[in-house]
Amino acid sequence: MIMYLLRRLFLLVFVFIALSVFAFSLAYLFPGDPLQNFTGLRQISPEQYALLTSEYQLDKNYILQYLAYLSRIFSGNWGMSFSSQQPLLQEMKMLLPATLELASYALLISFFIGIPIGILSAIKPDGVFSKLVSAVAVAGYSIPIFWWALLLIMLFSLGLGWLPTAGRIGVLYEINHVTGFMLLDILLAATQHQHEALLDALSHLILPTLVLATFPTTVMVRFTRDSILEVWEQSYIKAARAKGLSRGQVLYRHALRNALLPVIRQIGLQFSTLITLAMITEVIFSWPGIGRWLIDSIYQRNYPAIEAGLLVISTLVISVNMLTEILHTLFNPLARKR
Amino acid sequence: MNLKTRHLLLLLCTSVFVGGCNNDLPETVRSGLVYCSEGSPETFNPQLVTSGTTIDAISQQLYDRLLDIDANNGELIPGLAQNWQVSDDGRVYHFTLRSEVQFHQTEYFQPSRTLNAEDVVFTFNRIMQKSHPFHQQGGANYPYFQSVDWADLVKSVVAETPYLVRFELSRPDSSFLSNLATDFAAILSAEYGSQLVKSGKLSLMDSLPIGTGPFRFKEYQKDVLIRYYRHKNYWRELAKPEQLVFDIVPNNARRMAKLFTHECDIVAFPRVAELGLISKRADVDVQESTSMNIGFWAFNTEKPPFDNVKVRQALAYAINRDAILQAVYFGHATAANSVLPPTSWAYNPNVEPQSYNPLQARVLLAEAGYPNGFSMDIWAMPVQRLYNPNALKMAELMQADLAQIGVKARIVSYEWNSFRRKLGAYEHDSVLIGWSADNADPDNFFRPLLSCSAALTGSNRANWCDANFDNLISQALLTADQNQRRSYYFAAQQYLAEQMPLLSIAHSQRFQAISSDIKGVKINPYGGIALANAQRDSK
Repeated sequence: MIMYLLRRLFLLVFVFIALSVFAFSLAYLFPGDPLQNFTGLRQISPEQYALLTSEYQLDKNYILQYLAYLSRIFSGNWGMSFSSQQPLLQEMKMLLPATLELASYALLISFFIGIPIGILSAIKPDGVFSKLVSAVAVAGYSIPIFWWALLLIMLFSLGLGWLPTAGRIGVLYEINHVTGFMLLDILLAATQHQHEALLDALSHLILPTLVLATFPTTVMVRFTRDSILEVWEQSYIKAARAKGLSRGQVLYRHALRNALLPVIRQIGLQFSTLITLAMITEVIFSWPGIGRWLIDSIYQRNYPAIEAGLLVISTLVISVNMLTEILHTLFNPLARKR
Repeated sequence: MNLKTRHLLLLLCTSVFVGGCNNDLPETVRSGLVYCSEGSPETFNPQLVTSGTTIDAISQQLYDRLLDIDANNGELIPGLAQNWQVSDDGRVYHFTLRSEVQFHQTEYFQPSRTLNAEDVVFTFNRIMQKSHPFHQQGGANYPYFQSVDWADLVKSVVAETPYLVRFELSRPDSSFLSNLATDFAAILSAEYGSQLVKSGKLSLMDSLPIGTGPFRFKEYQKDVLIRYYRHKNYWRELAKPEQLVFDIVPNNARRMAKLFTHECDIVAFPRVAELGLISKRADVDVQESTSMNIGFWAFNTEKPPFDNVKVRQALAYAINRDAILQAVYFGHATAANSVLPPTSWAYNPNVEPQSYNPLQARVLLAEAGYPNGFSMDIWAMPVQRLYNPNALKMAELMQADLAQIGVKARIVSYEWNSFRRKLGAYEHDSVLIGWSADNADPDNFFRPLLSCSAALTGSNRANWCDANFDNLISQALLTADQNQRRSYYFAAQQYLAEQMPLLSIAHSQRFQAISSDIKGVKINPYGGIALANAQRDSK
């Protein structure tokens, strides 16, 4: 097991090196001066230029430059954003929690709604409920998310006027940025109007979460259902049934445990799709997360921001992938032995 | 009820959607106001910009000026200056300041004294004196003051007593007071300046602002929002909203959506094409006002054949302006007979309106030696501006009109910054562009647009330097007698109509959409929007 973990860790390190080499080379591949792309400074005076060149080791060979780049990444000096002239790391700290908050709620929904529905529809695979779930799941799976989001905005915001269209919380509520997770920050902020703020933040959360959860939920439903149906055909299930266990007992003791194992792995695989979809959702709902920021940066040719954004998002996706893989192994005795 | 159960109840509350639960909102939210603006401000110091977006967001909210303009009639009224005297030769102005005017008290600056003459001197010397510690901040660029030749005009600004300021000019200038009343002439705090000099953080002057205005600065997140709170010691009546937020929403459709869901109380610049949709709803109103602006078509008068006055007149006759007013402005503009809008006191009603007459145009072209026409470029600006909401469409309409008289027009457009740079270098044949006035003084339409000095700096789009015309508009500045000035401006307008360096097309109206329960907001035709009196109707 330890060997296995070490192997995974080794792989993670290797992938990270490859990623950072790529991000590093972007500074050269993007148009403009590499020093500007690294520092994010718009105007550099000649004296400053010489100073920074030696500090960033740009006068040395590429390997030394890359090592200097790595040490900057780890020491938190990520350069500035072209457009705002703020340190990128600081911007990232503001933005990443917003994306994580949105993505994790969507993931939770897909968990707590997708899996039970998948199980229920697997009980009678030919029943009306199961057919209905399949139809809805296919629709949810294939619906373009931006169109779906606009439909919901049209209905719930413009038509009925129930829910706001944009942002994380009404702009009149001033919530201090502590953790970056809005609901947590509201609970931490000791204002006397906490519950109104919380209510407002929740009403802002409903639509984006719903939109973002649609795809992973339908995937989860289909996957759980198929997985259970497959396990249901196994001979050990038949044996359990033959021994006289009830349907429910077999489902709980034998089928679920085996069927849900691949679902854990599925989370990791879905995560990269989820982040991509989160970017679209953020743009539509003006959600101040890292996805919208990255897309804006691309429009604004904000090269330092694109580099840093890519590095953070890909590291995040790969880490989550790796984590679910490890969890899968921990829960799966067969894989553990290998 | 303990906290936990309360939150549980809240969650239940939200699950049946909002409403019914929010009757005791906090004061900052209940009396707060959200203005949805179309872009981020470039800076928080009005001296450094001319962009309307920035001025709307900062000037009237954070600052006061020595004088103000009465939005109803365009007359000057006292601001921070209680009264003022002009010397007989028109070169020395004395301003008596109001006492007990408090600066903003914020987390980053606690004023120890009230406003005095030192602050006024500090403010204006920043523009004029290269030795001023803040002069170089932001690149020493003071676009409005440079356009009115401020550094050359004002010889000195001196504090004679703590509440008396003396301005000495190098020549009489009857537009001087109007310039002091513009949004750009905001008064800064000298004490804050010296605090920043001590701490060595000069650039904060323009990003963490201190003024005397109705609101104080709280926070700014680029492309997200600006938050202001009420200035509790404001010298005038206190601002009605406890909190004012500028929600930055560049997308037009999204801004409209936010108005309909009441996430915004006021929306800047709704699209003219959507006004019909807005006026159908009972919960939002549309406000409009004729703005001091002009959209025009300028010819590069140094380039043949546009150096020939007959060619310019012919082209003017060829354009069907009524069609343009309908198709480009959707009828929300008045046809321009002069560069001055009819609301200006110097507007000359006797100037014959330019008529649409292609036959006459052909005759004039033949007389000028182009019986078979010629080909030319029309430069259409790539951005939407109040004075010209869609220059490309306008150019297409004009292209068709010009084809009628045998002139082949090609439409040219560049990205906005290069567009303006190339215009400044006079690379164009003709250009569709315009001008929004910053104050009520008629001079603001003539000198920055058509004078010889403007031709030198590159802002005279017609590249037109005419001694007669320059003489008329400088004479008008030297006298303070309004009747005399008016006669000079009448003559200048008549002369423009004959010489036709540019064809005035339209004066457009400015619009804003506003929730119908908000009272006390009007569009100010002479500058940025003021929100201190905005109030939510309590039902």
